[in-house]
Amino acid sequence: METTGVSLTTIVLFAPLIGMLIIIFSGRVNDERSKWVALITSLVTFVLSVLMLFAFDRDVSGLQMEHIAKWIPSNDISYHVGVDGISIWLVMLTTFIMPIAIVSSFSAIKERMRLYYAFMLLLETAMLGVFVAQDLFLFYIFWELTLVPMYFLIGIWGAEERIYAAVKFFLYTMAGSILMLIAILWLGSEAGTFNVPTIAQMVRDGELTFSTDTGRLLFLGFFIAFAIKVPIWPLHSWLPDAHVQAPTAGSVILAGVLLKLGTYGLVRFNLPFFPEAAADFAPWIAALAVIGIIYGAWVSYAQTDVKKLVAYSSVSHLGFVVLGIFALNTVGVQGAILQMVNHGISTGGLFLLVGMLYERRHTKSIAAYGGIWKVMPVFSGIALVIALSSMGLPGLNGFVGEFTILLGSASSEVLSLWFTVFGALGVILAAVYILFMYNKVFMGPVDKPENEELEDISWAGNWTELAALIPILIMVFVIGLYPRPFFELMDASVGEITQFLDATVVANR
Amino acid sequence: MLLETPTFDDLNFWATLPVMLLAAWASVLLIVNMFIPKEKRGYSAGMAATGVVVVLILSIFQASDLLELGDEGSAFEGMYVADQFTHVVNIIVLTATLIGIMVSYDYLKRTNMERGEFYVLMLYSSVGAMLMGASRNLVMVLIALEILSIPLYILSGFRRPHEQSEESAMKYFLLGAFASGFLVYGVAFVYGATGSFDIAEIWEKSVSILGNHEPAEYTLLAGIGLVIISLGFKVGAVPFHMWQPDVYQGAPTPVTAFMSITAKAGGFAAMLRVLATGLAVVSDGDTINAWQDTIQIIAFITLVLGNVVAIMQVDLKRLLAYSSIAHAGYILIAIAAGGTQGAADQAAQAALIYLLAYTFTNIGAFAVVIALERNDATGTGMDDLKGLAANSPGLAFAMAVFMFSLTGIPPTAGFMGKWFVFKAALDADLVLLAVVGILTSVISAFYYLRVIMNMYMEEGDAKPSVAPQPALRAALVITVVGTVILGLLPYVLTDLAQDVTLALISGR
Repeated sequence: METTGVSLTTIVLFAPLIGMLIIIFSGRVNDERSKWVALITSLVTFVLSVLMLFAFDRDVSGLQMEHIAKWIPSNDISYHVGVDGISIWLVMLTTFIMPIAIVSSFSAIKERMRLYYAFMLLLETAMLGVFVAQDLFLFYIFWELTLVPMYFLIGIWGAEERIYAAVKFFLYTMAGSILMLIAILWLGSEAGTFNVPTIAQMVRDGELTFSTDTGRLLFLGFFIAFAIKVPIWPLHSWLPDAHVQAPTAGSVILAGVLLKLGTYGLVRFNLPFFPEAAADFAPWIAALAVIGIIYGAWVSYAQTDVKKLVAYSSVSHLGFVVLGIFALNTVGVQGAILQMVNHGISTGGLFLLVGMLYERRHTKSIAAYGGIWKVMPVFSGIALVIALSSMGLPGLNGFVGEFTILLGSASSEVLSLWFTVFGALGVILAAVYILFMYNKVFMGPVDKPENEELEDISWAGNWTELAALIPILIMVFVIGLYPRPFFELMDASVGEITQFLDATVVANR
Repeated sequence: MLLETPTFDDLNFWATLPVMLLAAWASVLLIVNMFIPKEKRGYSAGMAATGVVVVLILSIFQASDLLELGDEGSAFEGMYVADQFTHVVNIIVLTATLIGIMVSYDYLKRTNMERGEFYVLMLYSSVGAMLMGASRNLVMVLIALEILSIPLYILSGFRRPHEQSEESAMKYFLLGAFASGFLVYGVAFVYGATGSFDIAEIWEKSVSILGNHEPAEYTLLAGIGLVIISLGFKVGAVPFHMWQPDVYQGAPTPVTAFMSITAKAGGFAAMLRVLATGLAVVSDGDTINAWQDTIQIIAFITLVLGNVVAIMQVDLKRLLAYSSIAHAGYILIAIAAGGTQGAADQAAQAALIYLLAYTFTNIGAFAVVIALERNDATGTGMDDLKGLAANSPGLAFAMAVFMFSLTGIPPTAGFMGKWFVFKAALDADLVLLAVVGILTSVISAFYYLRVIMNMYMEEGDAKPSVAPQPALRAALVITVVGTVILGLLPYVLTDLAQDVTLALISGR
């Protein structure tokens, strides 16, 4: 493997870490200043990642802005990062969500702020690392590293049951990822390298083939780790706990980015490395995905806690993403990737809204609200847009993703039409629980005296709230009205994966 | 032959220098100690540390081939062998000794245990551990084991008069003496079967004995079984682990920290020498492997029991005792991998990498316990950690790093150790054992996280009994930095280990 010089990818990857080191080691950074350091660092990272977007060449299917350096030569492990049309969008999503999450913490986090913002920035580097790592060893390191800051964020700044939720989150995800560790070691000894593009190329060229059993076991080793992270039904039980107990910013990051680590892994590893196994398992996994879509929607409807409702809606939405991925065709995978971004934006936004309500009323119970529109018209208007985007209203971002996914699953070679039918049912159910919730919280008369004095969001009041919500609103409309550039950028990279999958699927028939 | 006068060349000066130097230094120190006045006892710690640093630097030079000293080869009529394996074992033992001295210094002072012979005994024990890694003769293993163990028995009882400490010394001594008896018996059996104490010769004999199913087969296997029991006792493998929690808890904490590495390093080094180089894997038709299955079973129960019982502990020292049983299990995975034909070297490398990573992490964890412990040996309960992060952020951070490293979360040394051990196991086709190892890591996360949880997420007023003094502070910095650096730049480890081979006979 040729080594290269430092690339923009590395700079973006470690920029948050520099901010973290400043917060920890600079004697001049006190609690009050630490939040500004964190915000500025995350904004700089965002600007740098926008530069990446401009530097990105859409015609190249492989990696760009690579940085390769020797790391453990004796085991053929290298520091190898880079982006392609798939990871660039997830990098963008991460750098976009982080400043929002940080600014939304300004008023919510009042204790041990330096530690908090240090963990936030560490988390950003860890998540970016997962998306840009091109070496399985490096990938695993970043993958596990995401657990540490999130564990502390939930465990220290969470709600009453925070410790239980933090430990459950950690153990659940670690159990899955450690199976992946075995799969990585096994795959590495079969392939003789840990380099991701090299392994993918070897599989494409037929130099690396697995027996059916080996392929399936390796596929499952990766799949279970990712399925827990996504989470795919029935491995989702950690999610509601983590979401409900986490601080608002923690939930935003969890829903916005961390869950995508799983779906990204499916696209990056399971499809290109084990195409036969992927084709074999596709109907089964798609069935789990559809169950998740309907189950998540159904359970959301029954929730009395707003935050839990949003948490379960994630299970439903990510079911769509998984369905799109295992349609195993270009349209489905592209829809899935766009939906990852969409879900990050809309669900992140929903969690922000819930957090703002909670800060005013200190309850998350749906029954405690009602008629909020009358006292907080601006807030309610924004909430309506984000709720509709989450529900998939045409013209907003959620629709584009879900529609593309259903299109992909309908035209899939491996999935029967029933998956699409039941998936579409999920769209209807989403409308039911979202509108039901919206109706109960925002509409009707103000029948609780505590709600009469609630303060609307405004620049004059707590400016951080609008600062967090406006970027989300903009993206909801941008993706909803003009999704073309998003698809165009990922076209070549997705095509490379799916063309080979098509060949495999067709060859199997 | 027996009466031939040895020449200077037979001594193989450079090869034996580290261990000879340390032994000589310890003896000198023993005498010098008599002349050090009571109020200046700290000098003996300084002198001991200086000696260790010199020998450590020498060993690093030898291991890294920066100087061509002619430091490889055998000495003492072939009883002693110096190769890369020896050098790396030396580095592990000496690092543990150095940090062990650093964490002892203040502790001894404030608990009124400051006696010069403490450090001398530590050095002697290290000599024993170093010799175990350099043995190519079963008699040598036996002598080295005694040199390693006897000082440890004394050190465990150093907090005299203190019931728990004395009890632990007595327990350790009686059971340890028993284990030595097993070793003597085992060596005798092996000698009876093969007619030799020399490990290389035993290997050659075992090819024909095991391959042809000669009558001596059962004597040999019984002998090896007894040797495994004895060494298993030293490293704290289940079911020979019963002494460990009591001794670890009762002994003065710096002693526990020190022996949790040295005794294990010595025991595992000897195991690799005796098993992986001493007993052939014979394959004609079906593979005959004298010990791999046994070690696999021991590893399996060690992993499960160590990790499961650790969950229930409420005292930090006891928790770390069970955790070190569990970690013995992970190293045993590597040893078992050494039983697969052609995998011995990789297994030895993995075991050494794991040990070195574990050295920094585990002594570091004990250093935190030392900082928390009160002068009357209390204050080491899990509840005594509550709120530590708020009162003493540095100490809590260090402990968190060690706990993540012990769990095997990257980027820490502990993860690198696990990575190479599991890799060795998979390359040696021990898939099941690797899976067990990985599943028990998840169990271990549960109790290691509880430590972090108590420090960071619970309310309380935990703080160090006295503000950590410079030596302890330095030890904490070294162990934290070591744990993180080995995690981020693992080639430090792999470069050191990649030349390690166990072959005493060419053609293996």
